[in-house]
Amino acid sequence: MEMETEFTQKPFQVDMGNLLAFNPFHNFPSLPTSRDELVKECIQEGTKLVQAIADSVFNLPSTEDADGPLVKLPTPTTKLPREKHLPKPKPPTKWEEFAKKKGITKRKKDKVLWDEQTGTWKRRFGYDRVNDDKDIPIIEAKMTDEPGVDPFAKRQDDKKKRVEKQEKNRLQNLKQAAKIGALPSHVQLAATALPITGTQAPPKKVTKDELGNVAGMAATSTASGGKFDRKLPGEKPAKKQGKHRKFLPVVEGSGIGSREKEQTENVLNKLISKHSHEILNVDKAVTMYNVKKEKKARNKRNQEGKLSSARNKLKPKKQLHKKNGKKGPGSSKKGKAK
Amino acid sequence: MMKIKTPKKGRVKRELDKRAPKLVETGKKTLILQGTKTSGTLNSVLSEIYHLKKGGAVRFTRKNDNIRPFESGGETSLEFFSLKTDCSIFVYGSHSKKRPNNLVIGRMYDHHVYDLVEVGVENFKSIESFTYDKKIAPRVGSKPFIAFVGEGFENVDELKHLKEVLLDLLRGKVVENINLAGLDRAYVCTAISSNKVYLTHCALRLKKSGTVVPRMELVEVGPSMDLVVRRHRLPNEGLRKEAMKTAKDQPKKKVKNVSSDAIQGTIGKIYIPDQKVGEMALPNKAKGVKRERREAKNKDANEHASKKQKEESE
Repeated sequence: MEMETEFTQKPFQVDMGNLLAFNPFHNFPSLPTSRDELVKECIQEGTKLVQAIADSVFNLPSTEDADGPLVKLPTPTTKLPREKHLPKPKPPTKWEEFAKKKGITKRKKDKVLWDEQTGTWKRRFGYDRVNDDKDIPIIEAKMTDEPGVDPFAKRQDDKKKRVEKQEKNRLQNLKQAAKIGALPSHVQLAATALPITGTQAPPKKVTKDELGNVAGMAATSTASGGKFDRKLPGEKPAKKQGKHRKFLPVVEGSGIGSREKEQTENVLNKLISKHSHEILNVDKAVTMYNVKKEKKARNKRNQEGKLSSARNKLKPKKQLHKKNGKKGPGSSKKGKAK
Repeated sequence: MMKIKTPKKGRVKRELDKRAPKLVETGKKTLILQGTKTSGTLNSVLSEIYHLKKGGAVRFTRKNDNIRPFESGGETSLEFFSLKTDCSIFVYGSHSKKRPNNLVIGRMYDHHVYDLVEVGVENFKSIESFTYDKKIAPRVGSKPFIAFVGEGFENVDELKHLKEVLLDLLRGKVVENINLAGLDRAYVCTAISSNKVYLTHCALRLKKSGTVVPRMELVEVGPSMDLVVRRHRLPNEGLRKEAMKTAKDQPKKKVKNVSSDAIQGTIGKIYIPDQKVGEMALPNKAKGVKRERREAKNKDANEHASKKQKEESE
């Protein structure tokens, strides 16, 4: 397996497990002048080596397979470094140690058990199981029971405590395994919270918005108002507080797109109006006035209504007259404008 | 306060178990990536290496400017990628004026850099430039023959290291059984000078010869290049010792029902199951049965006849 004598009596090193061959005795006394010559010589040497490997591999005992002869290769002789560390064996858990000490052996358990209560085969654990805690309809009272204690609730609490204890033990076993570096590959131990020191209150979680606000406040307190602060990579520019004010450019040519002209025009049109009847929405003005009046009168009425209720019947009629009266000046205004 | 986190899906658990350290390791996956600048030749080199190692390689195509394998701080990105893709060999290509067409081949132990070899690629010929009969083209994923030629690989330190790294890179999965009909490729590495290696990939043509062993013929198909060793970093002694540790050969699997005795040698126990006589099939309608029945009938008839005769005679 290691050495193969060739007809040139120069041994090659053959590693069948890797299909590898090494010829340590070849050297180029003078480099061939052309590339082709070099390539040809390399291929020639390679062929010799591959032939040597094939000689040993094809002579191994083979079994016939569907595609061709199957050969069992020996283990490779060249040692190469591993890619991951050697796995450490799991340390025995506390129960396993105890069992070994006491001589308790594992027994094979059946998947289904006979349930006396229902008279059927039920599974050992899971949905609809044998001897389920919840299925017990009657619990007999014992002399040791305290009055006022719910036995069903007590059973549930006991079970919960047992489960918690088991979880704690499991965590301890895994911690022990993690300490020596033999944690199973699919399990991870994660710290849920930082250790609490000092006060017992857990630290309050700060939200993203809160942080942003505080950062903004701190930025505006600088001399440049937070504009030229050195920012961390990935930090977004501070959000603008307050309304966005838009100012027109100072210098702008006159023409169709002259914004300043448009702006002043709009304002003047509103004040010195050629079409002033478009300014005042008469109906709206009238309804607004009337509503105001009604409200006032209602408030007065409510106050007076506590004193006498008879007067209320008369009051509304008065209103109608007043309404017509008010319409007068409005219509006269119309006439004037035209 | 600690919490036990286990995966909720079976698929995730199986993936984690696949990546866990094992006693006996199979092939290493290769990570192929590039640095800030690459040249045309380097791009084709990287894509062809990826093609040769199709089953067990991961190719990154973006540039990574914070990877400097030979500097102490420049390996963190590589280690992170190795951890995420579960790759233990990486091939990092970069091109600069000082080091044109540079390839750094490195290995990882426990996702930390174990050793590095830096080579420059010269005289690269890609797969397309070779013409050959397409029938002998090697199939993807077949186990290759590897041949190293030259005394340089024994004498020169750097070439020895390069030989080990190339073997790791090219060999693929370690298999126990191999189908002889599926051997169709070979890599030939020749040490041309004390720092140059000529690497080429050839297809095998098996020709009939008189014996069981066919005559091998190598035809250049794949990429061929000259590798000029530039720098290399060997692993530190302690790390090397730890990485070379192998598990003791597993104790032979216990064969059941076999025991050995000093006097009698190997004894085996055979358990015969109960014969269920009641459930065996009856051979109905067998010709023999019919004939027997017939004969029995005839015999009876004869007996009767003889009895009658006797009675009559009596």
